[in-house]
Amino acid sequence: MAKRIGIEVSLAVAEAVKLADTDVIAAYPITPQTHIVEHLSELVADGSLDAAYIPVESEHSAMSSCLGSSAAGARTFTATSSQGLALMNEMIYIAPVLRTPIVLAIANRALSAPINIWNDHSDIMSVRDAGWICLFAENGQESLDLTLISFRVAEDPKVSLPVSLNLDGFTLSHFIEPIEIPDKETVDKFLPPFVPCFKLDIKAPMSLGLLGGPEYYTESRKATDDALLASKTVIKKAFAEFNDVFGRQYNVVESYQAKDAETIVLAMGSISETAMTAVDELRAQGKKVGIVRLRLWRPLPIEEIVEAVGHAKNLAVIDRHLVLGAPYGPVGLEMMSVFYSASQKPNISNFVLGLGGRDVTRDDFKYIFDRAAAQQGQTRYEIVGVLE
Amino acid sequence: MKKPIDALVKVGDLPLGLCGAPGSTVAFKTGDWRSVRPVLDKEKCIYCGFCYYYCPDGVYQDMAPEKYYKADLDYCKGCGICAHECPKKAITMTLEEV
Amino acid sequence: MRAADVPFEKVTAKNFPKGPDSLAPGHRACQGCGEVLALRLLLKALGTEFIAVSATGCMEVCTGPFPQSAWRMPWVHIAFENAAAVASGVEQAVHVLRRKGRGHQQRIPVVAIAGDGGTADIGLQALSGALERQHVDFVYVCLDNEAYMNTGIQRSSATPFGANTTTSPVGVKSKGQYTWKKNMPAIAAAHGIPYVATATPANYLDLMNKIRRAVAIEGPAYMHVYAPCPTGWRMKAELAVESAKLAVSTRIFPLYEVLDGHYAIRKVDKPTPIADYFKIQGRFRHLNAEDIEAITKKVNSEYDRIVSLSETFPV
Repeated sequence: MAKRIGIEVSLAVAEAVKLADTDVIAAYPITPQTHIVEHLSELVADGSLDAAYIPVESEHSAMSSCLGSSAAGARTFTATSSQGLALMNEMIYIAPVLRTPIVLAIANRALSAPINIWNDHSDIMSVRDAGWICLFAENGQESLDLTLISFRVAEDPKVSLPVSLNLDGFTLSHFIEPIEIPDKETVDKFLPPFVPCFKLDIKAPMSLGLLGGPEYYTESRKATDDALLASKTVIKKAFAEFNDVFGRQYNVVESYQAKDAETIVLAMGSISETAMTAVDELRAQGKKVGIVRLRLWRPLPIEEIVEAVGHAKNLAVIDRHLVLGAPYGPVGLEMMSVFYSASQKPNISNFVLGLGGRDVTRDDFKYIFDRAAAQQGQTRYEIVGVLE
Repeated sequence: MKKPIDALVKVGDLPLGLCGAPGSTVAFKTGDWRSVRPVLDKEKCIYCGFCYYYCPDGVYQDMAPEKYYKADLDYCKGCGICAHECPKKAITMTLEEV
Repeated sequence: MRAADVPFEKVTAKNFPKGPDSLAPGHRACQGCGEVLALRLLLKALGTEFIAVSATGCMEVCTGPFPQSAWRMPWVHIAFENAAAVASGVEQAVHVLRRKGRGHQQRIPVVAIAGDGGTADIGLQALSGALERQHVDFVYVCLDNEAYMNTGIQRSSATPFGANTTTSPVGVKSKGQYTWKKNMPAIAAAHGIPYVATATPANYLDLMNKIRRAVAIEGPAYMHVYAPCPTGWRMKAELAVESAKLAVSTRIFPLYEVLDGHYAIRKVDKPTPIADYFKIQGRFRHLNAEDIEAITKKVNSEYDRIVSLSETFPV
């Protein structure tokens, strides 16, 4: 029987990893991710999860061990944040092309410098082009559910790609929320055992990680991109089947009050809930505003984005990462490219906020809704609340 | 016009993860790197096996029961370790004729 | 069981492993490569029922140009500095899958193979972590050709004093490498692992028996294998084995084992002059008699240290 309990979101993610009967966890502590792997090591220590917990000496080795473990045919999980993800960077780029379906939870945190342990999206944005499927959770229940969905999608033979599950550091990872913990039998209905597409097997040897010269490199990268783009169908199917089993429906793009909205804010992660509150208050004043949030960031669900926001007069795109030297943030840039060739498109502006743990309030969103509706032809991102 | 470097496999035909078949380098004959070849004087050979043990390219085959080792020239790169290590000087590196 | 008592099937001239090599021909190693010779012999001793993990480097590049592979056992390469970490993941996965009934019942050794750069420099952290974690079926082999040969003969921390490389060049103000070779076997032994050994391809039976012992022992094992490089050492192609013999007979590369902290060394009572070893290699050509004397002194002092350890802590 599923049970609804008050639990810290990090621990709920670890509980999902347990429910997935994960085989190998290789991890290194980093704030604010640490509670996930602490709890996993407890679950392994008390025998409730039959897995190998490899206490590696760095995040680089964490992802390296995960690559080895996944290649050997084991269901594999790790978690990290910020500098840890940056240290993994080299391995992050290797995993998709070698088609190792690792699941990585990222408790999103700002990148140094200055050193800062608090939440923004600069860590994941620095590896957004690596070929991982990137999902964003918004609350505790989603964090648990999307962990299960991540394994299901990653290991689907049509996909066989690593998945990163992003949850905001502290503002999500460290909150205690009422979360429904499903029972193992129900999870088993949704998540089949891992049957790897290939593995390091002494009875059927193969070589993985070969040198790809100029004759093969382009095609190898393209094959990975094709697989990543094709994964969207599998993700949507997994969402639908998750709903069938658990009664909770997820979508690659989620909308709130957006259908008739004139001004839409597009955001990712837990700040969307703050934005929703702002929308409710503005709607009460008769303003036609709405919010669209990307649950799926990679592959970018272009058709669903166009459908969700294409009708709006104004689109305010939120970035929680400042791209130094560029005109817009990563999400802003991509929304502009999505609509570049569209005949009918919203007036797009780009707002950067919530960097390094700075609080994002309902008033910030009210400002953004007003500003996005008032200005045309923004030529550079605007940082909300920057003291200049 | 053929470019200097052309693709050899279509995107859709690449194996998942770019896996390779075990031992498949046998298709690549390194023998044409060679400018000298090992020539064995069977009279001098004492069947000690040093040519076989010390060949970096694994080209020597045990010809038992005939009691000598034979180089597979498909792969022999002509390094000359076998000749150098042969205790009876039974192997001579001989210039390849073009 | 004491590491020294762990049984393993010995390789002898009479029962030398039959059948095709575990490393297929057609690999692209240089003519006369002592490293690929060492690799071929190591793999020959192991057969094919183990999992090999390579670090980026000469051996990885020359054995695995897609779509071909010279490896006849399951093999994986991820990157340069992480062979020990990748092997850790493979080893743990194999254990878990066996425990959960999804793997083979037999023990499956996992053997990580890296060069001296991938071991003593960029891979040292991952190696230290793996040795510290006491993986049961983990063997790490460093094939030491004493520089970054794959990228064009740059110095590493394993390059010997005085060697001329492309980043320790000889000049008016330089006699080549100005540091002494990092002592990797001692670093590995300091982790308290059950087995550390040194070997060369010239002593091929010794090398093959050491890797067999390494996989037989439960717990991490480290092998440091001397890997002569004719290309990088400016040496004639036929001299790889000769140079390895000289490295041992001059005491430059002592052959020894450390079993549970106890030492066994193959003694060299009447060493060959180091000049004999140097004169066949272009990388040492610039050294004068005084330099060679200083190097001889250092070499003897390390040799004496291991002999002394073998007397104080005999196997």
